[in-house]
Amino acid sequence: MAKVFVDNRAYEVDPGQNLLHACLGLGMNLPYFCWHPAMGSVGACRQCAVKQFKDEQDSHGRIVMACMTPAAEGTRISILDEEAVSFRRSVIEGLMLNHPHDCPVCDEGGECHLQDMTVMTGHDYRRYAFEKRTFENQYLGPFLNHEMNRCIQCYRCVRFYREYAGGSDFNAFSLRNIVYFGREREGVLENEFAGNLAEVCPTGVFTDATAKRHYTRKWDLEFSPSICVHCGLGCNVSPAERYGTLRRIVNRYNADINGYFLCDRGRFGYEFVNSPRRIREPRLCGQTVSREEALNRLHELAAGGAIGIGSPRASLESNFALRALVGAGRFYAGIGARHSALLRLALEILHRGPARTPSLREIESCDAVFILGEDVTNVAPRMALSLRQAIRQPGMALAAQFKIPAWMDHAVREVAQDLRAPLFIASLAATRLDDIAARTFRAAPAGLARLGFTVAHALDGRAPAAAEWSADAAEIAQALKSAKRPLIISGASTGSTEVIEAAANVAWALPGAALALLVPECNSVGLSLMNAPPFDQAPDAETDTLIVLENNLYRRAPAGMVDRFLAGFRHVVVCDHLENALTGQAELVLPAATFAESDGTLVNSEGRAQRFFQTFVPAAPIVESWRWLGDWPSLDDVLAAMAAALPQLAPAVSAAPPATFRVHNQRIPREPHRSSGRTAMLAQITVHEPKPPADPDSALAFSMEGYPGEPPPPLIPFFWTPAWNSYQAVNKFQEEIAGPLRGGSAGVRLIEPGAGYGFFADLPAPFEPRQGEWLLVPRDHIFGSEELSREAPGIAKLAPEPYVGLNPQDAAGFGPEVEVAGRRLPVAPQPDLPQGVAAIPAGFAAFEGWDLPQWSRISRIP
Amino acid sequence: MADKPLTARMRADGEALDLQAYEQAGGYQALRQALGGMEPARLIDEVKASNLRGRGGAGFSTGLKWSLVPPDSPHPRYIVCNADEMEPGTFKDRLLMEGDPHQLIEGTILAGYATSSDAGYVFVRGEYHVSGDRLRRAIEEAYRAGYLGKNILGSGYSFELHLHLSAGRYMCGEETGLLNALEGKRANPRAKPPYPGVSGLWGKPTTVNNVETLCCVPHIVSRGAAWFKSLSKTNDGGTKLYGASGKVKRPGLWELPMGTTVRELLEEHAGGMRDGLRFRGLLPGGASTDFLTEQHLDTPMDFNAVEKAGSRLGTGTMIVLDDQTCPVGMVWNLEHFFARESCGWCTPCWSGLGWVDRILEAMEDGRGQPGDLEKLADQARFWGPGHTFCALAPGAAEPLQSALKYFRDDFEQHIREHRCPWRTNG
Repeated sequence: MAKVFVDNRAYEVDPGQNLLHACLGLGMNLPYFCWHPAMGSVGACRQCAVKQFKDEQDSHGRIVMACMTPAAEGTRISILDEEAVSFRRSVIEGLMLNHPHDCPVCDEGGECHLQDMTVMTGHDYRRYAFEKRTFENQYLGPFLNHEMNRCIQCYRCVRFYREYAGGSDFNAFSLRNIVYFGREREGVLENEFAGNLAEVCPTGVFTDATAKRHYTRKWDLEFSPSICVHCGLGCNVSPAERYGTLRRIVNRYNADINGYFLCDRGRFGYEFVNSPRRIREPRLCGQTVSREEALNRLHELAAGGAIGIGSPRASLESNFALRALVGAGRFYAGIGARHSALLRLALEILHRGPARTPSLREIESCDAVFILGEDVTNVAPRMALSLRQAIRQPGMALAAQFKIPAWMDHAVREVAQDLRAPLFIASLAATRLDDIAARTFRAAPAGLARLGFTVAHALDGRAPAAAEWSADAAEIAQALKSAKRPLIISGASTGSTEVIEAAANVAWALPGAALALLVPECNSVGLSLMNAPPFDQAPDAETDTLIVLENNLYRRAPAGMVDRFLAGFRHVVVCDHLENALTGQAELVLPAATFAESDGTLVNSEGRAQRFFQTFVPAAPIVESWRWLGDWPSLDDVLAAMAAALPQLAPAVSAAPPATFRVHNQRIPREPHRSSGRTAMLAQITVHEPKPPADPDSALAFSMEGYPGEPPPPLIPFFWTPAWNSYQAVNKFQEEIAGPLRGGSAGVRLIEPGAGYGFFADLPAPFEPRQGEWLLVPRDHIFGSEELSREAPGIAKLAPEPYVGLNPQDAAGFGPEVEVAGRRLPVAPQPDLPQGVAAIPAGFAAFEGWDLPQWSRISRIP
Repeated sequence: MADKPLTARMRADGEALDLQAYEQAGGYQALRQALGGMEPARLIDEVKASNLRGRGGAGFSTGLKWSLVPPDSPHPRYIVCNADEMEPGTFKDRLLMEGDPHQLIEGTILAGYATSSDAGYVFVRGEYHVSGDRLRRAIEEAYRAGYLGKNILGSGYSFELHLHLSAGRYMCGEETGLLNALEGKRANPRAKPPYPGVSGLWGKPTTVNNVETLCCVPHIVSRGAAWFKSLSKTNDGGTKLYGASGKVKRPGLWELPMGTTVRELLEEHAGGMRDGLRFRGLLPGGASTDFLTEQHLDTPMDFNAVEKAGSRLGTGTMIVLDDQTCPVGMVWNLEHFFARESCGWCTPCWSGLGWVDRILEAMEDGRGQPGDLEKLADQARFWGPGHTFCALAPGAAEPLQSALKYFRDDFEQHIREHRCPWRTNG
């Protein structure tokens, strides 16, 4: 620690930090724009100027930028110095010359960093008397509005987009006071993390275009601490509601997982909650019925014995409620046999073997990565952003040798140039991380597995090997062995257990290696931890009734098989929130709450159990699935029952404080203290202020009233502190800037590595292309492959049309369209796809239930 | 030759010396001498001892700059010749490149040898296509003659030299903006530290020197540091290319001993003011230096003396203001240039310059307002050294702040009379 003096008071700070970071960490209010806690310093905006003194005798001092000055031992600065105060005021005056001052019509208004900093510096009088410069704005796709007139040229957007997220279709153009941040030509932003610009931009140049269609000011929104449901990573989010519709998602900082950033699927997928296809009333034999009638029928049917099918996209609590209703012996996982085997294998590997699952934060410090079989950006998008930071490790180390501090962002990048940690990607086809890979390998699933096995053999001779990969494997093994923190990534996407086994062998052959196994859905791991067999093993003769929880079985198995399975039951009950092929066939349909309308627990691919809380109470009779299926008075009662019945899930109880938790006897308000709607929003119905809904399930209140301070991290609905109205208020909630929230990162790990393992011994046979037949393999798409998010109009717009991908040489034999399994599909030539393999977009409606990989004829259309 | 080493051998017709002529005049002897057994460290010491200070305007000791490349630093290392001469009123490097390109090439190779560099770039202002053409031809000649390339003159030292024509922005003349431009990036400056000697072009150790600086090097090697120092009237070594523009009788460029006084330059070499005009002031070293006036005419034009007089030697090429030219208009012209050339990186520069440009434009148009002078003074202070990311805005502040000091009455008259007194149509 170093002793520094700020306005003549001594503080202990980390000398590895810059002064801005240190001052903010000490809780001081020092304004800034271009600096970002995750992106470091570049010294552009000059807003964080302070006065630095040589020593105690120096009374003159000089202006320095806090963000560009190390917090070295003995440093003396003043924030309050008159010249520094005046300088910072001049910076704001300069930034505001051309700013349109259109706060009343700007979506950023009320949560604008520029507003906050302007007030903080005391700039309040406009001396500029000339015309302002204006720009033309661009259409950037369905997710972001572009209003360049508001720009203050802090360069955060372009730094995030290009340098942090690896995008290339966005840039800074022109110069002086007319620098333009946008695309060369207008069009949809290509980068999967572009949505973060809405939060990275300190003002209203980039704002959430989905929110604009149902816009509400931050202070009139109701928030809750929640978890993203659109992939298996469990990023923390704050959904926001007004008048019963979900208005937007903002990032909820969790240092271990998403940090400051989300992917666009996670940020913009929320609109499924508002879908016109929502199930809003119970339905019995096609007729709307009351809640009581529906419940009576449910209990009548359940009493006669029922098979229950759970869901990897439903909470632990809802799955447990169904299990309790039908009995443990009749509870099945709502996934097919192949998928179930993949998940069970993954869990077994993580429990039994010595390799630990890393958090995304840990991934960012890995210095060699081997991805086997996954297209990370399209399966677990936020992890790809972490990998882009991980590969910078050697460059950071080189910069350290030159005594360039890690936060000196452009200097570090200049020294590092193209020096990257080795990233090897072995996949079915091209991936969105190929641009930073040391080498890429393409093969069919069997080939990928054989490569993985051979890498493991190169690391530990006891593991088996395939001869054809030995040179490549030796190269990969060497790089992994030379690393301090190697990481292996694999998962369920190829549908091949051998690929996962191969990845496990590699991780186990490397002492200390981390192993991340990707899963497709938000509670895939949680459901697997319940140890239920796959639903296609359910005997159909045993009972008359089938109860399906939040699950469209037609996505899980081929339609014919599902039809046959359903035919084995006289009564089908479905509890879900969106209409789908299955709800149309059910006798009884129960309207379930979405994640935004319910409380529950999800387990992410790291094995971390995290609680999400209800953002708003849905219009009756919609309730949480676990409320339909059981009669526990509150969430804590379900959790207690679950912990007793399933001890492996017991630690999940402590993922968040219970409903009885209070701070100074007060609940945590879901609404900001400035909520203006409290007395007004229902005034056209009644002038009496309605009583806020009760919340038996959490310590949160549907109100602006309650504890005004800082709740424990799992209960933080939104970030807001006095003088910091924007998201950047998160600074005030952290133990140290960019570190964990005070109270520790939310979540409880349920999976820790074991000690015993033996290498998997069985290599699959080499892949042999066939004449006239192709091995259909799934290809994931960030936009379109996930079931719920594709209901959001913006996501649907960006999802590709169904296609069949073929190697151009294979495609040469066909016309522009082919027939695959009775469907007519356009051919997409994909040069990176191995011959003999055909790619089918995973999870698309056109291919629901296809059990991939599978061999199939592809025929020419005459 | 003795007292004008840089220009004495140039041809009277303005054509470039070709390789043969250059060699006949003693060219490449310094290179032979150095490669023939002079250790790089000795070469650096010699240049240090010569008191050669950077001719780009900052006046940093050249020998010291060369020694800032750490001896154990990685390769490749680079020498970059800053030939992006875009300072308004400055045209000295152009003469050196057009008249004697081999002199620059020899100096660059010597600088490369001193810093153990592997390659060099000459970054030429885009509009200097004649300089570009002549340098390209000279570099080809030098390669053919074995002065460039592998194993130069059998010495074992190899050095590649590339010519790069700028896309044309003032910012490319700032040494780190230049490096970014060479890398194909926006010509934004870089934060220092790290200095280019540690992390420069493509993150590798790089030394950036001005054309005139490098042209001095062969002469220091041939004739020695003591001789070079003796050329000067002051402590800074060597001669200097001084110039004058504005309404003087003989605008031009002269190689003179370092430390020649302002008065001698103005009255003897430039021939004084044109008939009927009176001297009001001058910018001694390009647009980004403070005005000097009558009282400063006996100042020797070297780095320290001009600084003491409240300005900077800069490029040593003065712009002279007469009494029939509006000082506000002149300052507006300069600030308009700086505003146009701001790279847009740091707020005081991109924002403040644009504002000052508008205020001065309005003042010239008769739309000046009471309070404008305070705003101008505020901005000039706001752009002070250390306040901005690079030296562009502090440079722009210099003519503005000194004009406000010396020509305040003129500014006030513009505001008071709602017109520019020098404009006939008022």
